[in-house]
Amino acid sequence: MNGLSLAFSEAFSLLAGFDHRVAEIVLLSLQVSGLAVLFGTLIGLPLGACLGVGRFPGRQVLVVLLNGCMGLPSVVVGVVVYLILSRSGPLGEFGLLYSATAMVIAQTFLVVPLMAAIARQVVEDAWRDYEEELTAMRFRWFDSVRVLLHDCRHSLMVAVLAGLGRAMSEVGAVMIVGGNIDRSTRVMTTAIALETSKGDLPLAIALGTVLLGVILLLNAVAYVLRQWATRRYA
Amino acid sequence: MANGVLKFLTSAVFSVTAMVSAAQAGESIVLASTTSTEQSGLFNFILPIFEKSSGIAVKVVALGTGQALDVGKRGDADVLLVHDRAAEDKFVAEGYGVERKDVMYNDFVLVGPAADAAGVKGAKDTADAFGRIAKKGSNWVSRGDRSGTHAAELRFWGSAGVDVKGQGWYKEAGAGMGPTLNMAAGMGAYTLADRGTWASFKNRQDLTIVYAGDPKLYNPYGVMLVNPARHPHVKKAAGEKFIAWITSPDGRRAISAYKIGNEQLFYPLSR
Amino acid sequence: MFPLRVSDLRWHAAGRAVLDGLSLELGGEGITILLGPNGAGKSVFLRTLCGLLEPDAGHIDWGGAARPEFGVAMVFQQPKMLRDSLLGNVELALRPLKVPAAERQARARAVLERVGLLHRARDSARSLSGGERQRLALARAWVTRPRLLLLDEPTASLDPSSVEAIERIVREIRTEGTRILMTTHNLGQATRLADDVVFIDAGRVCEHAPVQRFFARPASPAARLYIQGELPWRMAF
Repeated sequence: MNGLSLAFSEAFSLLAGFDHRVAEIVLLSLQVSGLAVLFGTLIGLPLGACLGVGRFPGRQVLVVLLNGCMGLPSVVVGVVVYLILSRSGPLGEFGLLYSATAMVIAQTFLVVPLMAAIARQVVEDAWRDYEEELTAMRFRWFDSVRVLLHDCRHSLMVAVLAGLGRAMSEVGAVMIVGGNIDRSTRVMTTAIALETSKGDLPLAIALGTVLLGVILLLNAVAYVLRQWATRRYA
Repeated sequence: MANGVLKFLTSAVFSVTAMVSAAQAGESIVLASTTSTEQSGLFNFILPIFEKSSGIAVKVVALGTGQALDVGKRGDADVLLVHDRAAEDKFVAEGYGVERKDVMYNDFVLVGPAADAAGVKGAKDTADAFGRIAKKGSNWVSRGDRSGTHAAELRFWGSAGVDVKGQGWYKEAGAGMGPTLNMAAGMGAYTLADRGTWASFKNRQDLTIVYAGDPKLYNPYGVMLVNPARHPHVKKAAGEKFIAWITSPDGRRAISAYKIGNEQLFYPLSR
Repeated sequence: MFPLRVSDLRWHAAGRAVLDGLSLELGGEGITILLGPNGAGKSVFLRTLCGLLEPDAGHIDWGGAARPEFGVAMVFQQPKMLRDSLLGNVELALRPLKVPAAERQARARAVLERVGLLHRARDSARSLSGGERQRLALARAWVTRPRLLLLDEPTASLDPSSVEAIERIVREIRTEGTRILMTTHNLGQATRLADDVVFIDAGRVCEHAPVQRFFARPASPAARLYIQGELPWRMAF
């Protein structure tokens, strides 16, 4: 108990002191995870929406597969992306391993299934509502996907936040493909893992508190935005 | 709105390119090394000195020695700094690395609960110390991760004539030095640690050094360039510059100067 | 598209014949009201005309041609509106027709004006009352300038003034040459709007007659019972 209270008091002094190094790490975390979620949004949401609207053979298998992939361990994604990006791997010539780009790629693989699975559920529910109207207006299924993606944009914010939460909090993938290089690929989670292995538990918890704070802040912003949007188009 | 999205996208992509290129602005090399050197804080102390004099940034990826050698084999690092002499010599002999050089040494320490139930403190040498732990059946946490420390530990069990396979008191952590120490502290178990990581380790709880000082516990580190003949993209010139520096009088001075408290953690090896 | 000939349409759901040999011929003008008890198959019939349901058997002949891709619009009993402005919802209907964006807005505004909702064009469609929502749904169908408009109980559960507004709009759409086929349970509305009445019971057409003759002398016993069941309490006022 004493250790824990010590850890939290250290966390607050760290926050109050606004450590420059910590700020750098937070910024990199936001950039990497933010971009991964951006790509996840561009890939995962349309993919999920297509699965929610389309009716084709093999669709159910895909849905089950996608839902299963939501729980894909980040370490597995990390190892696979590592082997692909390694100098001895298929994309080795680009030399992307141990770079921020590699971390963005790994996290994109991590968040796409999650975001697609949530989008599939949201859009499928909306499709049930609108199917007759849109079909009667002679929308082709692909155009229906576009209409529904736009119409569900507020609910799909949940998918974006879930993706962001997953990306910001995972450690396995970025550790393997980023290498946790100081000032280069060290993000919040790998920094926490490092401080934990150094036995500096107070600093680890302090960084964890910062991470939690950042995620909470992002969620709060999203919540306010959503409230505003709901009032506008309730 | 589409316009705004586009603007946002361009700026996001632009910022990551800027971020990546900033990291690559100067010349840089990837150094695959061990958790013990990284976590002891040595690199944070000596690398800025090298970077300042050479303009070459060194990106350290801290792994176990076994993993670091694998990364070198795959061509994902330029330089290796590790501590498992037998594995290093094999790495060079197989053509993965070029010319191993001595850099520095520190020593291993046996740490365990202060009460020292196995009576390791009275051991006459390292083999005796390991033998006492086995005889008593005291909990032992092994790295179990093919690291240099793991390899050394297995050598010591061998010299004590102990077969640890399947022993109930023998726990394999499969983790780096720090997590292994966290486990040992939590369980009140014995473990083998390098002095550098131990010195900078904060969550000791009841752990203390129970045995140290035997010359057998000597722990040398070697440095080598990943073979550019095998991996043409290896940054040969920059890597060689780093190796030359860390084995030079300047490098040796920097290593000697790193202390925690008043304790010097690594001792340069003069040639 | 006309004359529209429906012959021997059959459709099953859960082992029950909902359409059981329905046949009907519609000319190119006027308002036809579909009457019949709940479950008679009126809504299902409208859905097959709209192409939402594929009949198990039977044939629909669209004036000797194939089924046209556009030109048939439908307003559902409970129309669904997107989370968008009124304008956005009306423009939506023009997108499959590949109407250029600039023209879309002009047409949508024009039709919103005619249903009396232009002043709310920028409001959220989900903030509308029941009557306004039906007017918006009519506008959404009207804007596509359909040849045939299918209305499924457009005034169910609306207050009298809203019903009147809807009826005025329906008449206006008709005068522009759109053929209207509409279901209702409101017999007063049927007498006010209809040119002819089709009475459907148990999935088939029992009677198809001009409106005055239908109410004065219903030929089928089912229609007579239906009118008697509905009329006495309405006539009391």
